[in-house]
Amino acid sequence: MFQRNTSQAIFHCCETENEGKAKIEPFVNMLLEKFQAAFYPEQHLALDEMVVGWTGKWKYTQNNPNDITLRYPFFFRPMFDVIENGWQAFSAETEFNRFKECQEDWRISYVNKDYKVCPTYPHAVFVPKNIEDETIIKAAAFRQGGRFPVLSYYHKDSKTVMMRSSQPLSGPSGKRCKEDERLVNSVMGMGKRGFIVDTRAQGVAKMAQSKGGGFELEAHYPQWRRIHQPIERRTSFHDSLIKMIEACNDSSSSMDKWLSKLESSNWLSHVKDILTSSCVVAQSMDKERVSVLVHGSEGTDTTLLVSSLAQIILDHDCRAVTGFEALIEREWIQAGHPFRTRCNKSAYAITKHRQESPVFLLFIDCVWQIWQQFPCSFEFNEKFLLTLFQHSYSSQFGTFLCNNERERLHCKLADRSVSLWSYLNRMEILQDFMNPMYEPNPAVVWPSVAPQSLTIWTGLYLRGVINQAPQEEAWKEIYKIREYDQELKSKVNKLRRQLASLEREAISQGVVSPPSQKAVAPSGDGVDNVAAAAPSEGL
Amino acid sequence: MSAFVLNNSRLIYRWKVSTIRRGKNVQVDNVKLLDRFSGRKLVGTLYLTATHLIFVDAQGRRETWILHMHMGQVEKLTMTAEGCPLLIRCKNFLCLTFNVPRERECQDIYLSLLEFSRPAEINKLYAFNYTSNENLEKTYGWDMFDLQSEFMRMGAPNEHWVITNLNAQYELCDTYPSLLYVPATATTPVLVGSSKFRSRGRLPVLSYMHGENHATLTRCSQPLSGFSARCVEDEQMLQAILRANPGSHYMYVVDTRPKINAMVNKAQGKGYENESFYSNMKFQFLGIENIHVMRASLQKLIELSELKKPSMNDFLNRLEGCGWLKHIAAVIDTSAFIARAISEGTSVLVHCSDGWDRTAQTCSLAGIMLDPYYRTMQGFQALIEKEWLAFGHKFTDRCGLLESVEVKETSPVFTQFLECVWQMMQQFPCAFQFNERFLLTIHDHIYSCQFGTFIGNCEKDRLDLRLSERTYSLWGYLSLHSTEYLNPLYKKTYEIKQPVIIPNPSPQSIRYWRGMYNRFESGIHPREAVFDIISAAKDHSVSLEDHVLLLEKRVTQICKLLGKSEEAIQRKLQGHVSMDSIEGYLSGHIGDSPSAGPNAATTIYTNHKTGPFDKTPEPVEMVPLTSKGSFDSEAQLDCAKGASISGSLNHIKSDSESGFDEASSQLSRSGGVDELTGGGGMVRSPSSDTLTVEQLLAELKTVAIGWKSFRNVFSCSCASPFDHYVKKFHCWKCGQVFCVRCIARSIPLPGHYHRRPVPVCKPCYREVRRSPSTEFPLS
Repeated sequence: MFQRNTSQAIFHCCETENEGKAKIEPFVNMLLEKFQAAFYPEQHLALDEMVVGWTGKWKYTQNNPNDITLRYPFFFRPMFDVIENGWQAFSAETEFNRFKECQEDWRISYVNKDYKVCPTYPHAVFVPKNIEDETIIKAAAFRQGGRFPVLSYYHKDSKTVMMRSSQPLSGPSGKRCKEDERLVNSVMGMGKRGFIVDTRAQGVAKMAQSKGGGFELEAHYPQWRRIHQPIERRTSFHDSLIKMIEACNDSSSSMDKWLSKLESSNWLSHVKDILTSSCVVAQSMDKERVSVLVHGSEGTDTTLLVSSLAQIILDHDCRAVTGFEALIEREWIQAGHPFRTRCNKSAYAITKHRQESPVFLLFIDCVWQIWQQFPCSFEFNEKFLLTLFQHSYSSQFGTFLCNNERERLHCKLADRSVSLWSYLNRMEILQDFMNPMYEPNPAVVWPSVAPQSLTIWTGLYLRGVINQAPQEEAWKEIYKIREYDQELKSKVNKLRRQLASLEREAISQGVVSPPSQKAVAPSGDGVDNVAAAAPSEGL
Repeated sequence: MSAFVLNNSRLIYRWKVSTIRRGKNVQVDNVKLLDRFSGRKLVGTLYLTATHLIFVDAQGRRETWILHMHMGQVEKLTMTAEGCPLLIRCKNFLCLTFNVPRERECQDIYLSLLEFSRPAEINKLYAFNYTSNENLEKTYGWDMFDLQSEFMRMGAPNEHWVITNLNAQYELCDTYPSLLYVPATATTPVLVGSSKFRSRGRLPVLSYMHGENHATLTRCSQPLSGFSARCVEDEQMLQAILRANPGSHYMYVVDTRPKINAMVNKAQGKGYENESFYSNMKFQFLGIENIHVMRASLQKLIELSELKKPSMNDFLNRLEGCGWLKHIAAVIDTSAFIARAISEGTSVLVHCSDGWDRTAQTCSLAGIMLDPYYRTMQGFQALIEKEWLAFGHKFTDRCGLLESVEVKETSPVFTQFLECVWQMMQQFPCAFQFNERFLLTIHDHIYSCQFGTFIGNCEKDRLDLRLSERTYSLWGYLSLHSTEYLNPLYKKTYEIKQPVIIPNPSPQSIRYWRGMYNRFESGIHPREAVFDIISAAKDHSVSLEDHVLLLEKRVTQICKLLGKSEEAIQRKLQGHVSMDSIEGYLSGHIGDSPSAGPNAATTIYTNHKTGPFDKTPEPVEMVPLTSKGSFDSEAQLDCAKGASISGSLNHIKSDSESGFDEASSQLSRSGGVDELTGGGGMVRSPSSDTLTVEQLLAELKTVAIGWKSFRNVFSCSCASPFDHYVKKFHCWKCGQVFCVRCIARSIPLPGHYHRRPVPVCKPCYREVRRSPSTEFPLS
């Protein structure tokens, strides 16, 4: 492994002269190959500087050059054959098919195709069918950063929609925008009501109003009820994380100190708040059958947390591997969560940079909390979540680079780097991330948000303090038991078929007596029908 | 409610304590049960019986049973508009509030409960009235463990350790067992002298011997040293213990108390050993607080667990404030210290004040860390027998079972021990043979007094009360229900690979045990119980394994009949499905296709009925048997017996290769048929032609290939609801999910090769009993 300076020096030479880069490139690739052979990402030895940060021994900030095109993914060449190109796996058009039940009322709009209406939105967004692009342009001007309300999720069971946006720029004087009102109201027919879930406390929203932001006034949006579901401001997350990690790494402290540090870090409070808000949104859509508009202030952080977690709760598809990847792609990457600025340094790094914030980590943490309450309803395992988290901070893949689609296009990321999904979605990799307990569960999963149910994620934050080997052993055992059971099941089926054919043969040759009709008939009723029906449900 | 409560109470409705005992009916209608968390109210009827308080909601859907013995705290709150609230806190951390419409009734119930929950004398405890309605003998379990064989297992007595009978009549120390293991070099005067110098005569005796290095764990109480007293015999005793471990030239004396507590004791003439009098000893104070601190801490923990919708910070703040986890960590740390020393070959002597609370906790936990045997179900019970029951943990006092027990004597010492075990189970999920439910069940019965096991304060008490004659043993009950308590992930290899497990000492690894303290709030537990599903998967595999054996046997048999070569048979067994077999499958002959079933099959068979070979008589004979389903089971049993006799008489093996019971079973069945149909003397020649398709079909039907998933199963067919801690069972025949009471029968299934009795539901049980194939001998 390099010292930081050495690696910086190497990158430095490719910065200054282009031919230098060409010289260094084979070398970097060669090194990579060697390292990948020698180190597993699970070990603390891995090249990943982020992991170094987690063990708490060093506090290097990550060596991330400011020019994004000089980062590692641009030099990485895959050691595997790309079967399915992850860059194209989740296009807006295919994703829209997920919501095909609502295609009568919604359409794909390319109003943002040159990223002028909203620089942080993708080129294609889902909007109500009866709203023209001109209205959208006007409505966008009324929302911070141009993030006008777009479709985030359509819930089939209750036929309700979730939209997300940024805060309206109503300002201290309470401005209004007819187009925005039309856009928002068009979601619903006459007489129906909807909820606007504001992820800020009322006071915070009022304060934002005095600075030009604000919230939807009831008078102008008569069909909507505003609910404040306070989640702390994005800026406080980073402090929380640093405090929490520090508490976690201090294994020699007393019980009192650990608990009080954990409390003062507020990390679990954030987790609880976020999950609560997501549950409220999910509940409104599923139980109260109303449509929901979610926003915070900028609409790129807490908004996305709530909108994506609500989908995990509501939609079983998002709990499967591909669905979950699609969710991340749709609700985080394309929705313009600024990964470059939020995950610039290592998650643990102490930095003055105000934009740095572990929002995505909170999302992964919350998913894990639901996962451990419903360990049979997710297709993927804990390791999958860990891997995604690691790649969001430090990766050889370009998926989590850049802040939004515009930047990615500018850097030609799709051409010049490899997508994480290309790597993950191959059988030999995926099988490692499969949850042996998975039994598809089409129901809505309601997580408990009681403090007794939420815990510090041992497998991530405490892996340096608590040996994870016994847990891994347990999962291996679970995997073995389930696998063996499946094998036996198929073996029984095979043998039964075999026996059936032999029996026919034997009867026709007369070596076995065929049954009489009467003897067989009585057994066909009652419990046996149940027994016969049972196999299809599986264990 | 847990199952045991539902099982064991005859409803005797009575009113007022005196009349209740004589047998009068007490029933209060229109009582509201308040749900602490959702704030919902259930309206229903409250019944008061001699043993339980029972609430049945108006729809009769859910019954809540509270054992009187479990009630820890009964409070009558101030009257409200809705009635008079009655708050009941149970020792198993269930907390309920009833709203009784009339104040007088409430007062009556309140007074009755007060008296019932804490009987005045020990003979009034529940165990002395309890009779099991299960298949449980009163004597069962009482002789499962005895101290002598447990020490034998550890290798005592040996050259260094001998049994002394000085305490045979409990004259040396009345809270110790009658058999004591002491160093061979310690003479009687030394033992007696040491005993006199120790609080309550609890001299140092052997508690555990580590197999590999002969390092020992010994336990005693504090010395009566005061400020200056010394005792040469006691010093000699400790030297004798040291010498009994030739591998080490020093040993530890662990005082589990904080040093300050030990010093305070000096003023009362007790205290701790003066280091200068004892050579080659290392003294260590390890800071576990006393029973009063623990009691107060638990009180705060209960308040915490009862908070309504606390915020995260409030919860953590109070968790820190109650100090419970700190105490748990201290107990684990101390035990880990002891275990580490012993595994490194140094003997350890442990004491606290009286040597029956903290000493019991740490000695038993150290045992669990050191010896894999104590992590098995049987070993864990042996450990409790030894460290807690034999060495005199005062269960009756600590649990506050009697009216006469003062509050300051009660303390959750044993609860803490169970929690420490649970904490270790969290850290080593594959190292324990038992599961969380096992710990909770034991905890329930410490307080329930349903079994005599934990009644009394020491071995002598239990002998005097003649508990083994008058009450049931918990160990018997547990062994009857052992399938509920197995950890499916238990790996026996742990015993060899990693015999000693030392838990992580960091505070981060100690968790709040919601399964104990918030056990009755189903909402906060994981909604999908991985361990139960894995348990079911393992059972399922066992069933299929056995079924595979039978199928292979049958395939081989038919192949032989058809005169196929050995090679072809092997190929068939490997599962090469030929075209015609698939066709057979599709036509719905057998297989697991649900819709096909017997009807399709019959059509095929009827086609063959008029085949060239005249083999039909037998199925015709079968008809009366299957249709005559109503004759009683006695007769059936007799038939089965007769069948097996005739079977063995005519036993001629047609199948030499495998030694399978096919020939005999065929015979016996025909024998059975003969008897039933009354046509005696018609014994068929045991040739291969007796194999029938019916039999094959019947066999296949008795084994469910797929078992129903636990998901979305919220209640049993008997309508009793499943909550988080109720074990769900599968019927091995139909694969449906049942509660323990609906599955409580086992029967061998014809579809299993080994014919071991397996659990089935009641309808399946009747069916299997009725079906002809059960009459085959089980070989």
